Amino acid sequence: MKRRYFIQQTSAATAFIGIGGLSSLSFKPNYKKHITILHTNDVHSHIEPFGPDDSRNPNMGGVARRATLIQQIRNENPNTLLLDAGDIFQGMPYFNFYGGELEFKLMSKMKYDASTLGNHDFDNGIDGLYAQLPHAEFDFICSNYDLSDTVMDGHTRKHKVFTKDGVKIGIFGLGIELQGLVNKGLYKETKYLDPVEIAQDQSRILKEEKNCDLVICLSHLGYDYSHDKISDIKLAKATENIDLIIGGHTHTFLDKPSIETNKAGNKVLVNQVGCYGLYLGRIDFYLDDKNNIEANGLKIEV
Amino acid sequence: MLSLILLNCKGNQVETAEIKGKRIAIDENIEADPEIEEFVAPYKEHLNKTLDSTLAYNPKDMVKSDGDLNTAIGNLMADIVMEQVNPIFKSRAGNEIDMVLLNHGGIRSGLNKGNISTRSAYALMPFENEIVVAELSGEKIKEMLSYLERAKTAHPVSGIQIEMDQNYKVIRAEINGEEIDENKSYFVATSDYLQQGGDNMNFFKAPINLYKVDYKLRNAIIDYFKKADTLKVEKDNRFIRK
Repeated sequence: MKRRYFIQQTSAATAFIGIGGLSSLSFKPNYKKHITILHTNDVHSHIEPFGPDDSRNPNMGGVARRATLIQQIRNENPNTLLLDAGDIFQGMPYFNFYGGELEFKLMSKMKYDASTLGNHDFDNGIDGLYAQLPHAEFDFICSNYDLSDTVMDGHTRKHKVFTKDGVKIGIFGLGIELQGLVNKGLYKETKYLDPVEIAQDQSRILKEEKNCDLVICLSHLGYDYSHDKISDIKLAKATENIDLIIGGHTHTFLDKPSIETNKAGNKVLVNQVGCYGLYLGRIDFYLDDKNNIEANGLKIEV
Repeated sequence: MLSLILLNCKGNQVETAEIKGKRIAIDENIEADPEIEEFVAPYKEHLNKTLDSTLAYNPKDMVKSDGDLNTAIGNLMADIVMEQVNPIFKSRAGNEIDMVLLNHGGIRSGLNKGNISTRSAYALMPFENEIVVAELSGEKIKEMLSYLERAKTAHPVSGIQIEMDQNYKVIRAEINGEEIDENKSYFVATSDYLQQGGDNMNFFKAPINLYKVDYKLRNAIIDYFKKADTLKVEKDNRFIRK
């Protein structure tokens, strides 16, 4: 008994000194792990910045500036993931001329980790998308398009787990229903599967089977609709196990992420940064040494 | 901030987790990465050279608001579709296009007097819309006319002659110089966007037959500019109020 008491006292004292020592350097709480998620959506082939005379977005955007910003953030925190929520293609003659080659090459240079597929990524047909794949050194993650009867079969992933500083980050992707939005001749035999069912399934696999600490959904469903159509907001409420939804399609400019409550009563962040590469979204996760973000008193500062 | 952070100092139990989210504007305060700029340069140069090379000459400014029910620029676009697509359609389907209908909202810019380039065609038609030919019954053509009566808009047409009264009621409508026959069918070229119900052109939705020509509207415009030396399209009497 006595011996046990002694050990407890000792370990507590050691721990106290350890924390005290760190605290003296900074008054900020010291989390053990820091993961940064950077994201874009609906860049639509915007490579050069808008000119000074543009009526809506003068002097905004530009891939070369985005590259500088991303590098700065990576220098601060190497445990960074860079993601895109689709509609990489269409909007500037760069796409019409080069078919998406330059967009993919630039995203590869900026070291994007993953993207999902948007409806406009089918604008040169599924064959046009397939033809550009050699230029993309990042993964396409799309869980609810069954592409098995198309040329894209085997070229997208249902999910992917990234490990950064020992933190497991699971990502899955959701595409919008293509019928009515894209000509059938372009998307061919791509089959759209129910996003909520797929999200429940994929997020459960990532959280429970793959033991991910963070689950991120890359979505091109759209932020919110006044009618019944499935959206990121509806998805957040109808699912569990998702920590963050990075959205696109509706070109919604959120100046900070929205916070929704999921089916299990937990908080889900939903973010989207408009379009055309005008903004870069940034979400920082600070985790304790159990890689836990759902401890008591989870603090969300947005 | 949603809830206060709870500091926990018991033994090895460390602090509660935290999430921060924000967006960062990409603007002139961020220096451009020179390596990326250098990489883009040859693509940009080629693009600008191609976009800005002169294809034709336009002797006068054309804007889409310069007419009541037909405009020079709308007539130009509809006539281009007729001229460029008819030979393709004829060789594929063995029929002639009877008329063209586009939408006024689809004219995305004017054409300034002077040299016309590929860039002008991209400004005029930035979308990837394909041209399709819908075989419509005479009855559907009548529906089209009542659509045009309600629209009171200079939707571009070619191959049809429409006269309305001052209250936008159709007085006379002729295709190939003949009145519209409800028992006949007509081949109408338009964009895939409109055929699928864009601008509420619902008369296009269930055609007798639908023919794809695999030709983008913009490419038809570019090809026409390439072969035309000087554009000579005017406002005329194809679609008027009396």
